Amino acid sequence: MKTHNSFDEKFEFEGTAKTGSLIALAIGLVAIVAGFLMGGDHVQRMFSNLLLMSYYFVCVCTCGVFFLSYQYVAQAGWSASLIRVPQAFAKVLPIASILLLVVVSAGLFTQHEVIHEGKKHMVPYLYASWATHGLTVVGSENYNAVIAGKAPFLTVGFFYGVLVAFLAAYSYFGYALTKCSTDEDTEGGMRNYNKSFALACTFLVIFGFTFPIFAFGTIMSLEAHWFSTMFGWYNLAAMHVSGVAIMALTIILLRKKGYMQWVTSDHLHDFGKLIFGFSIFWTYVWFAQFFLTWYANIPEESVYFYKRWEPEYKFWFWLNIAMNFLAPLLLLMSRDAKRLTNRMMWTCILLIAGHWLDYYLMIMPGTVVEKRGFAVEEIGTFVAFAGLFTFLMLTQLSKFKSLIPKKHPFLQESLHHHI
Amino acid sequence: MSSTKFILGLFDDPDDMMHGIEKLQKNSVPIYDVYTPMPIHGIEAKLGIKESRLGYAAFCFGCLGATVIFSILYYTLVHDWPMDIGGKPNFAMPNFVPFTFEWTILFTAFGMTFTFFAATHLFPGRAPRVMDLRATDDRFVIAIDAKGNIPHDDITNLLKEAGAVEVKHNDRKYVSYE
Repeated sequence: MKTHNSFDEKFEFEGTAKTGSLIALAIGLVAIVAGFLMGGDHVQRMFSNLLLMSYYFVCVCTCGVFFLSYQYVAQAGWSASLIRVPQAFAKVLPIASILLLVVVSAGLFTQHEVIHEGKKHMVPYLYASWATHGLTVVGSENYNAVIAGKAPFLTVGFFYGVLVAFLAAYSYFGYALTKCSTDEDTEGGMRNYNKSFALACTFLVIFGFTFPIFAFGTIMSLEAHWFSTMFGWYNLAAMHVSGVAIMALTIILLRKKGYMQWVTSDHLHDFGKLIFGFSIFWTYVWFAQFFLTWYANIPEESVYFYKRWEPEYKFWFWLNIAMNFLAPLLLLMSRDAKRLTNRMMWTCILLIAGHWLDYYLMIMPGTVVEKRGFAVEEIGTFVAFAGLFTFLMLTQLSKFKSLIPKKHPFLQESLHHHI
Repeated sequence: MSSTKFILGLFDDPDDMMHGIEKLQKNSVPIYDVYTPMPIHGIEAKLGIKESRLGYAAFCFGCLGATVIFSILYYTLVHDWPMDIGGKPNFAMPNFVPFTFEWTILFTAFGMTFTFFAATHLFPGRAPRVMDLRATDDRFVIAIDAKGNIPHDDITNLLKEAGAVEVKHNDRKYVSYE
């Protein structure tokens, strides 16, 4: 075991990681273009997949900011030496946000013709249930009283305002927290740490109130007739589990490449506890949302689960619970399991796929409905975004002067972390 | 024959105590136990204490709780007196989930607490077993079973060398109750 760590260790982005992520991005892009070229129902599927992955992408990067913030607010010591990884996530958030805005705009402003109850309608590819022309105009043949009642929230102006404002705020806090940490390395002292604490507190308050609205706008409004107040927390849980899983996976892979040797099984154990605990929390919120809907059995609410209980989705509905609840429950329950690198690695990979499926089940039944599929479109889009995320995140990571925040006040506690 | 039952080395500094443990181990003196006013990192590994089995007890109590409430629910709501509630089937699984969840946690929590009390003799109303009263205050105590560990003077010297502020030769194991 190495007893001395170099505080100047720098991440070099090269070799298989670089070529691999670029190849993934290229293959994925080909698949995306092919999906669009196939035309017909495939176009709708591509839009849904792009929304899914860009939302996932934003959520993972936001999780970097969220993780940083609660570590600072809790004045946590254990994470001090690995804080560069969530910082790299946070620094990719502006690009992820722009990508989400592009996808959302493309889906919102590209119209196509659908035949509904024997009549032809021009509807946008995404958010058709509220963005179709005339839904809220009294006297229009498309007029829908329920949607009209929600018009203040579900209009293009408010939708964009919310999206831009929230994502800009999250990106700013990610940038500011990272900057404080890199300034700390050169300046030393407590000034930057105290500033980080204040920033983190402010962020968490803003984030707590705005993230549910972000989830309502981006995902829940795909099926604008339906609503659930649990949806925001459900998404927060999904975002946190998948984000922390990707963070842990990044650290495990970096360690396997010979970086960050100061990260021990004790740090991994803490990640394991977070992943395990928040998987249970995810299940709790998922079930709370399902249970109340099932129990009340009000048609306008039940329709959401009715769609997901149709033969096309039933298998995936159950698989979702198996992957995101049963698997982490059984794989990570014991103390020793959380300290095994390979067990953690495979559980993280499983959960990353699991939460893709979770988002899939949130989006697809409201957009492509019975024309769902799991083929080149889905896998290709995932591969493209995975490659893009890996490339951008590792590029940001390689820009740090050192992989360790040298002057972090809790650094020694983290290096000697023992549980 | 000496009437000493236990030799206690009292330290006022945890680092000195850890040093004392090393010294005793180097001289092959078995340590009965160590008492400290606060948790000390890495001491379990040093003393070779086996991992706690409390987790297994917790798991068993959890399973017990789930089984008990599931049986009660099944007997009352499905078998003995089925009722039509909101048109739901009598044996409606989602209904059972919150109860089963809560009882699993309830049994786990209480079961773990009582197991811990039983294992450490900490029932309310029972005088706690303490080998030296200052081990709960400001002394770090290494206890050595005197039987078979001779000569006692050598052990005393070892402890003194390691920095023990006081070495006691006790005729009784516990001093806290009559």
